Amino acid sequence: MTMREKIEEAAARYPDQRSAIMPALLIAQRERGHLPGPVLEEVADILGVERIWVYELATFYTLFHTEPVGIFHLQLCDNVSCMLRRSEDLLRHLEEVLGIKKGGTTPDGLFTLSTVECLGACEMAPVMQVGDDYHGDLDIARIDALLDRLRATVRQATGADLAAAGPPGE
Amino acid sequence: MFEPVLLRNVDVPDGHLLATYEAGGGYRALAKALRKHTPDEIIDVVKKSNLRGRGGAGFPTGMKWSFVPKRAGKPKYLCCNADEGEPGTFKDRIIMERDPHQLIEGMAISAYAIGAETAYVYIRGEYTLAIARLEQAIAEAHAKGYLGTRILGSDFSFAVHIHCGAGAYICGEETAMLDSLEGKRAQPRLKPPFPAVEGLYASPTVINNVETLACVPHIVARGPDWFRGIGPDKSPGPKLYCLSGQVRKPGLYELPMGIPLRELVEDCAGGALPGRKLKAVIPGGVSAPLIPERGLDVGMDFDSLAAAGSMLGSAGVIVIDDSTCIVKVATRIIEFFHHESCGKCTPCREGLNWVVKVLRRVEAGQGAPGDMEQLEALCKGIFGNTFCALGDGAAMGLRAALAHFEDEFVTHIEERRCPFH
Ligand SMILES: Cc1cc2nc3c(=O)[nH]c(=O)nc-3n(C[C@H](O)[C@H](O)[C@H](O)COP(=O)(O)O)c2cc1C
Ligand code: SF4
Ligand code: FES
Repeated sequence: MTMREKIEEAAARYPDQRSAIMPALLIAQRERGHLPGPVLEEVADILGVERIWVYELATFYTLFHTEPVGIFHLQLCDNVSCMLRRSEDLLRHLEEVLGIKKGGTTPDGLFTLSTVECLGACEMAPVMQVGDDYHGDLDIARIDALLDRLRATVRQATGADLAAAGPPGE
Repeated sequence: MFEPVLLRNVDVPDGHLLATYEAGGGYRALAKALRKHTPDEIIDVVKKSNLRGRGGAGFPTGMKWSFVPKRAGKPKYLCCNADEGEPGTFKDRIIMERDPHQLIEGMAISAYAIGAETAYVYIRGEYTLAIARLEQAIAEAHAKGYLGTRILGSDFSFAVHIHCGAGAYICGEETAMLDSLEGKRAQPRLKPPFPAVEGLYASPTVINNVETLACVPHIVARGPDWFRGIGPDKSPGPKLYCLSGQVRKPGLYELPMGIPLRELVEDCAGGALPGRKLKAVIPGGVSAPLIPERGLDVGMDFDSLAAAGSMLGSAGVIVIDDSTCIVKVATRIIEFFHHESCGKCTPCREGLNWVVKVLRRVEAGQGAPGDMEQLEALCKGIFGNTFCALGDGAAMGLRAALAHFEDEFVTHIEERRCPFH
């Protein structure tokens, strides 16, 4: 399915097209990686809604990124239950090994590091979400192993694979 | 011996599949409701059960349903609140990941009772596994005729759609959720009109939490007296408790409503971490005022916790031990509320900004002599003056920390350092 088809399918669930802006933005972000102005306008045009409505939502909700993020978005929870399980130590460690501060992206574009509010998985605190996946009961050794695994998936997918895949979203 | 009801499938392999759910008697309550009961009878059964909303406020569910006008001349909607943003809370995620059909059956019966043909599940976007499981379960239920047109040969037709949130705690507030569903920025609405009369698309709408809806099939199947027989009469039922923080066995526990907090923390969850002592517990997510160790004998139900100056909230029980600085915990909680303030009203938007500044400097050992009075004055300016309960929750939580751990705040200010560093 093209992005347009996916958005139209989602929009059919609502009596009002405006309701479909949020699902459409989530679809667009999955397809295009992030949501710069032209993508927002494309979404507005597909749904036939005011552009300002789309801009409004893209800038209000924290899961929408109007700026590019790394291939792996490391989202470390630092809310209370994770803080009580020493998420601060993990943040310091990640900043050190990646050589970036929270909010930053590594120069190779591989990792963006953020802290987020409670991920709703406090039973496995401290927790970090990477892409769709939750990683819980983390400590420094597990973080290091996770970073190695993530780097390995990219190495496997480099070269011919990436060239064959073409630009993202096509 | 209490037998878990809501969690009976969560540790069963393939508990999320329809076949497993049916094998355990699933969808029989829906069949019973459609064949043997009128919608009003279902509302009555739920009223008699004394079920109270599990989303935080504890509003009687049957009463809420009865506010929906019988003849509205407009479609009616059911919204399931699966936003679960209250820090310390993870129960709804586990129901949706491991036993999504329980929720779907609950929604179908509830929709039948209120006369809704469409439901939206507003689920936070981070919950990708729960979203996938729920999508799969909806498809399975459709294929088997538990959802769709003329369900199980009755006149009742019902569809469930998933609406993913995109990361804003305020979307959990029911009227902000409706604005978000309508494609707007999530900000609470003025009440009245109440959603039961004028909610989604200005149509009658019932909003219920995941756990609330998951209780409904069991009430219909086993009867209201069974439900009312568990825990305190005015606040009964099986209850999910989310244990996290500095405790030996964090996790999700199902036990009767009203169980003493001490028993929950010490016996069920194993108590403090090795070598540590319990210091305080937040019983209902960070909106609930903390309770110092000496107060832990309180019962975990809406009324007992309210009488003790706290609240059951989302039953996110966060355990804090003696290695932890209460000023730091309070600062982190207020930072959260400040970050999530939707900005609609001044006491919350500006007041919390100010509180964060004062707390940060106290925690950093740079507090000034009048800071305690300053914090109390700010709480006074916020509490009771905000548009929604977010601001109140923040002020109540801070007041409890100031009251129970005044000495810790004062030490920070007088010694100009954090004693825990
Ligand atoms: C700031 C704020 C956040 C809330 N977050 C949630 C939430 O994440 N989940 C939820 O079920 N209820 C939440 N609520 C409560 C809802 O407004 C509403 O009372 C509840 O969904 C009603 O369902 P119930 O009667 O089944 O509990 C929140 C309330 C406020 C004020
Ligand atoms: S109390 Fe806070 S979150 Fe609630 S309406 Fe006011 S600004 Fe928004
Ligand atoms: S506080 Fe980190 S997942 Fe809840």
